[in-house]
Amino acid sequence: MAGAATTFAPNSGSATRFESNVATRDRRWVKIAVLSIGLTYFALFLLLPLVAVFVEAFRKGWETYFAALVEPDALSAIKLTLIAAAISVPLNLVFGVSAAWAIAKFDFPGKHLLITFIDLPFSVSPVVAGLIYVLIFGAQGWIGPWLSEHDIRVIFAVPGIVLATVFVTFPFVARELIPLMQAQGKDEEEAAVTLGASGWQTFWRVTIPNIKWALLYGVILCNARAMGEFGAVSVVSGHIRGETNTMPLHVEILYNEYQFAAAFAVASLLALLALVTLAIKTYIEWRAGLSNSVETSS
Amino acid sequence: MAYARARRVLPGFGLSLGFTLAYLSLIVLIPLSAVFIKTAGMGWEHFLNAAMSPRVVASYKLSFGASLLAAAINVVFGLLLAWGLVRYTFPGKKLVDALIDLPFALPTAVAGISLTALYAKNGWVGQYLEPFGIQVAFTPLGILVALVFIGLPFIVRTVQPILEDLDAEFEEAAASLGATRLQTFRRVVFPSLLPALLTGFALAFARAVGEYGSVIFIAGNIPMVSEITPLMIITKLEQYDYEGATAVASVMLVFSFILLLIINGLQAWTSRRSGREV
Repeated sequence: MAGAATTFAPNSGSATRFESNVATRDRRWVKIAVLSIGLTYFALFLLLPLVAVFVEAFRKGWETYFAALVEPDALSAIKLTLIAAAISVPLNLVFGVSAAWAIAKFDFPGKHLLITFIDLPFSVSPVVAGLIYVLIFGAQGWIGPWLSEHDIRVIFAVPGIVLATVFVTFPFVARELIPLMQAQGKDEEEAAVTLGASGWQTFWRVTIPNIKWALLYGVILCNARAMGEFGAVSVVSGHIRGETNTMPLHVEILYNEYQFAAAFAVASLLALLALVTLAIKTYIEWRAGLSNSVETSS
Repeated sequence: MAYARARRVLPGFGLSLGFTLAYLSLIVLIPLSAVFIKTAGMGWEHFLNAAMSPRVVASYKLSFGASLLAAAINVVFGLLLAWGLVRYTFPGKKLVDALIDLPFALPTAVAGISLTALYAKNGWVGQYLEPFGIQVAFTPLGILVALVFIGLPFIVRTVQPILEDLDAEFEEAAASLGATRLQTFRRVVFPSLLPALLTGFALAFARAVGEYGSVIFIAGNIPMVSEITPLMIITKLEQYDYEGATAVASVMLVFSFILLLIINGLQAWTSRRSGREV
């Protein structure tokens, strides 16, 4: 599917089968060369930026670090980030399950087009994602004048931030579930319904256990993006300190004010979130790989 | 229709498809159409003035050029990394494999300030480049570094599963027919990886063109030199030039849609070649 972030594919392969086979074994110097070049590149472009976040955050000591985190503007940024994620993740979860149910369990014309449309937000620049809501809800937008008459603020306020976050995280759950549920087919659900289960019973007792790992996988990726989104939120936020700043925007403001230690302190929380996300993701892949191998061996 | 409905055993078709279409339209399709409706209403001349002004054209060249180059660099090194992860055992491999996805999980603004700190004149990496007269932060080279960072997992994660599934039999056959490892790689392995490599390239490229957060801190944002296209949209918005911003956005959107079609085609080709969903 297009615009892929990362798709749920538990890998089962082991390198030993390649290394013990004469035909697929590389010479020792090739292995050393490939690994040293590849790992240097990895260290330089991925590992170093991650380490730098934490080193810069603690450069001025623990006290400055914690002071930057408990400062009122930082706390309100953390709160807004949590609110945006708490609204957008469940919305896109319900949407993802509903879209996957319709696409995987039924046949209808235009299915491919629908799948492409669902992936669309991945290929739209975050800045454009913010702009589209300004064009609709902004002061000069389609319904902007009506909104200001009724004293409703969307742009430069929390609803706009939530909308932009919903847009950029839109496909995450759906794109994990659609291929999996398509591959699983509908035999098990049809059997349940034929045996007298209701639609919801079938969904909760048959479908959900089959898709739980992919579902969780989609949710944690969706959550990571929701909490970390910068470009789209930046366009609709208006950067009002203590009111419409999310954590990434707060990082930007601190950074632009040359408060580097504070900027990196808040950034380190987001980096921690990324690490936790990757840890859960790896755990899910391991668990799902486990249940896969049990299924194939039995 | 009545026939099709009678044959459906499972419930919930109307509800799930109805909700899906309504939500998709409200969140994605209607808002996106606003860009084209506004662009269509502004007149050809106005559109050209906004979307084709020298400063904006310079940003297209930079955004597309740097994105192409970053994706190309990642194809080479991403393939090396994917090969290492699939074919070799080495200590710390699980950790490396897990951290490959870091650019997907790390907020772009965090990546942006971190890369800037590393590649600034006095940064960990920048201080070693400075004596050679190489400046990375606040130049187009910095943009390239940021785009390399965000693009790497796209290549590794599209190539890795294909490489995993590659049947050892082909390489065994090549070896028994007298081919060297290099010949086997060039003639047997590489052609089967090609669709995945191109898909990864296109995905990384598409992501890089629209990227904002990680680039904006390291770019320096000098007009005509290091301004990326998404920044042009922001700049126009800050000047309350909504029409100008929309015109540039419509160019970017049309480009994204074309790229999306190409990627869909490439992915269909990849799964036909490998017999596996990607």
